[in-house]
Amino acid sequence: MTATVDKGRSPALKGRWAAMPKQVRWAAIAALIVLLYILPNRWFYEYLGFPIGSEYFAFYTTRSDFAGVLFDTAVFVLLAVGLNVVVGFAGLLDLGYFGFYALGAYTVALLTSPESRLGTNWPWLAAVPIAVMVAMISGVILGGPTLRLRGDYLAIVTLGFAEMIRLYAARNEGVLQGQRGIPAIPHPPGTGSDGKPLFGVVDARPYYWLLLTLILLVIVLVRNLANSRVGRAWVATREDEDAAEVMGVPTFKYKLWAFAIGAAVAGLTGAVFAGKQTFINSDQFVLESSILVLAAVILGGAGNIKGAIVGGAITWYLPEWLRGVGDLVGVEFDAAEYRILVFGLVIIVMMIFRPQGIVPNRRRAAEFADRRQEAVPQEKVPSE
Amino acid sequence: MNFDELLGNFPALTITGLEQGAIYALVALGYTLVYGVLRLINFAHSEVFMVGTFTALWTWEALGYDQNSPSPALGPLILALVAGLVVAAVASAATAVTVELVAYRPLRRRNAPPLAFLITAIGASFVLAESFGIGTERAPFGMPTLIPAETAFTVFGAAVTNIQLLILGVTLVMMIGLDQFVNRSRLGRGIRAVAQDADTAALMGVNKNRVILLVFVLGGLMAGVAALLWNVRYGYTKFNVGFLIGLKAFAAAVLGGIGNLRGALLGGLLLGVAENYAAGLFGGDWKDFTGFVLLIVLLMFRPTGLLGESLGRARA
Repeated sequence: MTATVDKGRSPALKGRWAAMPKQVRWAAIAALIVLLYILPNRWFYEYLGFPIGSEYFAFYTTRSDFAGVLFDTAVFVLLAVGLNVVVGFAGLLDLGYFGFYALGAYTVALLTSPESRLGTNWPWLAAVPIAVMVAMISGVILGGPTLRLRGDYLAIVTLGFAEMIRLYAARNEGVLQGQRGIPAIPHPPGTGSDGKPLFGVVDARPYYWLLLTLILLVIVLVRNLANSRVGRAWVATREDEDAAEVMGVPTFKYKLWAFAIGAAVAGLTGAVFAGKQTFINSDQFVLESSILVLAAVILGGAGNIKGAIVGGAITWYLPEWLRGVGDLVGVEFDAAEYRILVFGLVIIVMMIFRPQGIVPNRRRAAEFADRRQEAVPQEKVPSE
Repeated sequence: MNFDELLGNFPALTITGLEQGAIYALVALGYTLVYGVLRLINFAHSEVFMVGTFTALWTWEALGYDQNSPSPALGPLILALVAGLVVAAVASAATAVTVELVAYRPLRRRNAPPLAFLITAIGASFVLAESFGIGTERAPFGMPTLIPAETAFTVFGAAVTNIQLLILGVTLVMMIGLDQFVNRSRLGRGIRAVAQDADTAALMGVNKNRVILLVFVLGGLMAGVAALLWNVRYGYTKFNVGFLIGLKAFAAAVLGGIGNLRGALLGGLLLGVAENYAAGLFGGDWKDFTGFVLLIVLLMFRPTGLLGESLGRARA
């Protein structure tokens, strides 16, 4: 049995990309980023000559506001990039990622909303760092006892954590105001050129741009971390924790770091979400979403930031887009209803046939192939 | 903090706790068995339980009972209970086996890392829950009242109902049966051998895959029994009914020492009782948190549980 190491989709394409002059590559990346910023603008499509609002659906979602969909997709991408640090880099399974997201959102809501019973009335911007810190600290509190033991306990503890946060938010009629939730969360600050506030209720574009900027920032940070001493420690821990420990890597410390960084990114995302939504309650933080983010990371390719981006875009954007396509074909088809089912199946199938994901991290793909090769003898018992 | 509530209802809370704990214990067995042999948290086990609750309900519906039908006489009642039990146990076991064959075995063949198993497990769990959720339109379903709750006797002023006796009785019988099976029978020896050292056991002629299959069957059967008891006691089910039960059952398994069968019983009963005390003390809203908080505290101070882990050493 020959285990083939899958090195990306096509080595030729990758090689050609790497062979291009640095300036060309930078220009291409810059062009892509600019395109991402223009994407939600209507005039862009009108300029290109696409008849908006008619039958056209190349990648426009016809059923829901496109900028809104882009914002939600960006939320998922940022979450996937954060979770990728935990699952992909450090190899820890965090099933309650949305719990930290909820913490971030609630922290902002409590601190800023005039309806909040804390009565602090902070501006949105001041509450964001607090939200990130709260998420990070709760990650340390949760990860501390669990990560010292086996990693697999972390999975169930985080699973419980996310659900407990949601249940608590739903039941607590005091500060968190139960199912009614917390309304009147202020928007991010800023005034547009026309004198109106930059971040309003109707237009989702500024929020998308804000999130896109944050995504780029987080990506730069995470990339640098992954390429540093910390990143190497993560890889070593993921591949063989005992060996890493023997080699002098303080595995517990780095695992906790990965977990806390992941939690902080989720808290940040939650804070932005609260700023856009202006109203949050416990129903927005269902457990299924945690699983969707996990599916995004796995599907895209854990350990690869590009993979996380691709995965995040697929898990959120694709079902929305399919709804529009269904309309066009004349089928009433709510892809969102089947989302969890489909992505659950996708996770199972991927783990068996392509555990490295769509855009694999080369190193991780090699790990899988390695283990596969080691597996063969003991399972080939003739009686099977 | 409401100490009056706790002390005033102490016997009643204890009895309710034992009854709920018995159900946790039965579900916890499934986690403990699979964990003992495969070192895998089988997230899909909560859905194995859920399938049991639905199939038992459908069996009763097929027998002509619905929510409004009067409770049957003793003869038909026993028939309905046994039919529900058999169908639920078989369906749960079949679900567990399907998950093993479709999801876990291919991974073992590829020697996938532990993370891949966990991810697959959560995927399987959600696929099962969602297919029932979509199939039943996410509605809750009421059960026929087969056994009307009657007080059998009172201890310290707390009423013990016939249903509670049934639950505790069935759980004890199942536990003793399973314990004897694992400790005495040839197949049970195989389970213990694989739990101790899978490779050596394979060299000694134990068919590892068959043992693993057996473990899933046993866990599924226990979950099916738990599902029937749940139906009789709580009288409703929903596609996500397994989630909280599964979480608590896992906490119970860790509490008793995961991989330890008797630990699962002890952990389940303790958790059930602790939960009800907490509900008395802090109010019902906090009940569901107890198991979770207990789990985290336990992981901090005694991660191997009360009776210690390892199915391999389950003789003691």
